[in-house]
Amino acid sequence: MTTHVPHPDLPPPSTSIGAIAWLRANLFSSWLNSLLTLGAAYLLYLTIPPLVQWALIDADWFGDSREACESGGACWVFVGVRMNQFMYGLYPETEYWRINLAAILLVLLMVPLFIKRFPWKRWLVPFVLFGYPVIAFMLFSGGVFGLEYVETSRWGGLTLTLILSSVGMAASLPLGILLALGRRSDMPIVKSVSVVIIEFWRGVPLITVLFMSSVMLPLFLPEGTHFDKLLRAMIGIALFQSAYMAEVVRSGLQAIPKGQYEAAQALGLSYWQSMGLIILPQALKLVIPGIVNTFIALFKDTTLVLIIGLFDMLAMIQAALADPNWLGYAIEGLSFAALVYWVFCFSMSRYSLSLERKLHTGHTR
Amino acid sequence: MSDANTSRPDVDASERLMIELRHVHKWYGQFHVLKDINLGVSKGERIVICGPSGSGKSTMIRCINRLEEHQDGQIIVDGTELTDDIKHIDQIRREVGMVFQHFNLFPHLTVLENCCLAPIWVRRMPRREAEQVAMQYLEKVKIPEQARKYPGQLSGGQQQRVAIARSLCMNPSIMLFDEPTSALDPEMIKEVLDTMVELAESGMTMLCVTHEMGFAKTVANRVIFMDGGEIIEQNEPEAFFHNPQSDRTKLFLSQILAH
Repeated sequence: MTTHVPHPDLPPPSTSIGAIAWLRANLFSSWLNSLLTLGAAYLLYLTIPPLVQWALIDADWFGDSREACESGGACWVFVGVRMNQFMYGLYPETEYWRINLAAILLVLLMVPLFIKRFPWKRWLVPFVLFGYPVIAFMLFSGGVFGLEYVETSRWGGLTLTLILSSVGMAASLPLGILLALGRRSDMPIVKSVSVVIIEFWRGVPLITVLFMSSVMLPLFLPEGTHFDKLLRAMIGIALFQSAYMAEVVRSGLQAIPKGQYEAAQALGLSYWQSMGLIILPQALKLVIPGIVNTFIALFKDTTLVLIIGLFDMLAMIQAALADPNWLGYAIEGLSFAALVYWVFCFSMSRYSLSLERKLHTGHTR
Repeated sequence: MSDANTSRPDVDASERLMIELRHVHKWYGQFHVLKDINLGVSKGERIVICGPSGSGKSTMIRCINRLEEHQDGQIIVDGTELTDDIKHIDQIRREVGMVFQHFNLFPHLTVLENCCLAPIWVRRMPRREAEQVAMQYLEKVKIPEQARKYPGQLSGGQQQRVAIARSLCMNPSIMLFDEPTSALDPEMIKEVLDTMVELAESGMTMLCVTHEMGFAKTVANRVIFMDGGEIIEQNEPEAFFHNPQSDRTKLFLSQILAH
């Protein structure tokens, strides 16, 4: 009789771990890969140092006129001087505090949502969705509680971008879900109405929608009907994006196995209960990347409101570029716009990844 | 054999039928899948339905809780006739539990949440009470320790037992089983069958589509053989297995009992 002696664990060979092994495996695994690595390194060498030189080292940061920009690098003074307009648009300077207050309030309301076991979460979410917009609207618009009235045409800059996109997102997701459910409905009228809405809004360019809503719509409405331009833009964006959202959600609904619907039915759940408790939670989780994709597109599409005379951040930057005192600083202005949009879009993308990880419940089936 | 007989309480035939199918027909498009099905199930009766695939056995039990719609004839469950009336359908679904071949647990909810969901939302039971009931049934199927896990973390046999517990939480008077062990690895079939035998001994009315003939012999009051959308033969298990009447039943039995 022999006794088995377990083989002791040995350290791996030195060529399979550490930095050198990583380099060999990832950058120089074949001659083609080595060539690509060297080529990419050369391109980075060509572009990165001059960019850093221009944007950071040679750049002018402080001052209040173009005389401060002498060094030949980027003139961030231009962005600094115009910053208020980029952020608040044409909103009266003395009333900036109202926008800041609304922003601080939103941040304070959002922080608890990220705390795992916050006791009043159940009340906070509906409040952020339904209560907060009313407060924010009263703050922005004024006319109540002794606040000076500020008409919507003076709202602008990043504020307007954020208002348009958050309203667009908050409206397009539920609308999209309803349209997606409608499109899969057994009821022929509900189904055909949903299909027509989706295909119509998805088939026209957003510019057309915005242009029609601001130029054509007033022609059809009775004389003297006032219908706020910003509100029309919001409705246009929400309907347009909800059509895209509907198709994203529908793709998720189709991925749910039939057995889930049957199990829900067999337990006696009603249609809305089985959708709300069983199907949608799973379907929406599956299509988080698609939803965030649509949100990011929506966020960037808000720049199109420029054509109906609403001044979002990009429009304010463009207006500043036309200022005779600051001619020739387009690169700085547009770089700043790109950076701001990128920061927002990238945060959304990271948030969606963390959400996916949080909602992952092991092996799905 | 005497053991099997004592574990089989006599069914009172005079009692009202729990399930009654009268001249039920169903078509999938042109395909006539159920042909003039007549069946009465008494309270506490345990019926095993077998037959080749495509014979309509699953379709028949799925008609009983309206997962499939029959196009002709009557289905009456516990005195309520299945019609297009959504109230009748809801009422019947509350009375009838169903266990599926592929378990169909909700993967985004824990085992406990799977069990509590319907009692809370359909029966309007307070959450705490629903959780107590759920734990009782999870203990009955012998997996209370898995209550906080997600279905994806359990084995097939454990998932099917959770599915049985989930149905029982609605306190149904009838249980339908649609090939409950067909998707399981061989070593897990026994744990599920044991649970079903226990359930049978508690007096539950059961309709079970299965090819587990051992289960049929020990538990069933009646075995039904279906083929081509018709009920070909039905009898007590003893007579059904030892003295089949129809040629098709004989052929089927010789095929499944041969190995």
